[in-house]
Amino acid sequence: MLLAKIVGTVVATRKDERLVSTKLLIARPIDPTGKPEGNYLVAVDTVDAGYGETVLIVSGSSARMAAGLKDCPVDAAIVGIVDAIEIKD
Amino acid sequence: MQIARVIGDVVATVKQPGLDGQKLLVLQPVTPDRQAVGRTLVAADATGAGVGEHVFFVRGREASFPFLPAEVPVDACIVGIVDHWNVEA
Repeated sequence: MLLAKIVGTVVATRKDERLVSTKLLIARPIDPTGKPEGNYLVAVDTVDAGYGETVLIVSGSSARMAAGLKDCPVDAAIVGIVDAIEIKD
Repeated sequence: MQIARVIGDVVATVKQPGLDGQKLLVLQPVTPDRQAVGRTLVAADATGAGVGEHVFFVRGREASFPFLPAEVPVDACIVGIVDHWNVEA
């Protein structure tokens, strides 16, 4: 899974019908220290995340195993809101 | 599968119900000579690994297989703790 910060939202009127009523957010992957890395991505939100929050994103076909996304054409889902990241080593 | 070192952990209170009770660890992939390589990632743990240990992990949909029949939305999972390895140059 990736750590990412929510930086925005996406609005799309025309989309696959299985994406109707999903919430789409723009996320920027970060490293455990909070430094941005890599490209922005659009992810389906399943946990009511919001702007500025650090989240956990699951990508690939595993994203469809998140509740409510069965058979949805998605490859990235937000599955957790991160409270703390502890790097001990 | 890839070898990585466990460098920390992640705490998330709000998350997908399927992730309840899962330990989430931060991994840094390493080369056989223990040099960090590539981006850090967050993985579930099927083996009871801890910070500082070298482990190998599986990516993709197969990452949820250790938890079957539960459908756990993860795309990376630690499936072994490395005791030692030997690479002949």
